[in-house]
Amino acid sequence: MIINGLYVAIGAFFGAMARFGLSSFSKKKYPSDFPLGTLLVNLIGSFLLGIINGKEPDAMWALLLGTGFMGSFTTFSTFKVENIELHFKRKWKIVTMFLAISYTFGILLAFAGMQIGYQMK
Amino acid sequence: MVYFVVGAAGILGALCRYYLGIFIGDYWTHTFPLATLITNLVGCFILGGFTAHLFKLKILHPFLLKGIGTGFVGSFTTFSTFSVETVEMIKGSHIGLALLYVILSMWGGLLFAWAGYKIGDKAYLKNQLRAKGGKTI
Repeated sequence: MIINGLYVAIGAFFGAMARFGLSSFSKKKYPSDFPLGTLLVNLIGSFLLGIINGKEPDAMWALLLGTGFMGSFTTFSTFKVENIELHFKRKWKIVTMFLAISYTFGILLAFAGMQIGYQMK
Repeated sequence: MVYFVVGAAGILGALCRYYLGIFIGDYWTHTFPLATLITNLVGCFILGGFTAHLFKLKILHPFLLKGIGTGFVGSFTTFSTFSVETVEMIKGSHIGLALLYVILSMWGGLLFAWAGYKIGDKAYLKNQLRAKGGKTI
């Protein structure tokens, strides 16, 4: 259980930094009210976790890349709090788009990733 | 430096998610991914509260705030696991459960983030009033 935690920790260290890096980069490059950075990490992460799960790697890789890296690379809390902040700013069109794109494509991309993962087995 | 702080706090957030998942898994063996849902909703509440209160107070170093918000709570919650679990339930023909999971995550997440924000905001205003020497509400 301790060694498993270590795999999760290593993956999470890089996953969180990668999320921070990518969202800071997209904020600088494409400044807008739409939280593009969070959308990107969540969609990319859903797709890649789909591939990882479809491939069914052994426990070590599942913890390192799945639970650790992808778990930390994607985020649910930032996604929701950004929606709430947009709601307080009365930008409901962006809220609707952000929610619809995140859920529809998050689930579709996870599905596509899993299909690709099976092929890679 | 701020990257290192986010990464280190991310480790703590992910470990809390991982061990909470194991703990809940001891009691909950149903197909429905309760552990991820609880983690995500709790995270939304905490981040909502911090955003309206702690992050505005300027009592902690900005690096530390990034660590707590983006690092810890950001890594504690997860979107990718949610997406993959939803697909797995659909593939396992648990369409109703998948739908319930999406609805609870979507509206529950918004509700918890909103509630956290409101409570944080109230605490922040109280703090501001106190700082000005006024009466608290």
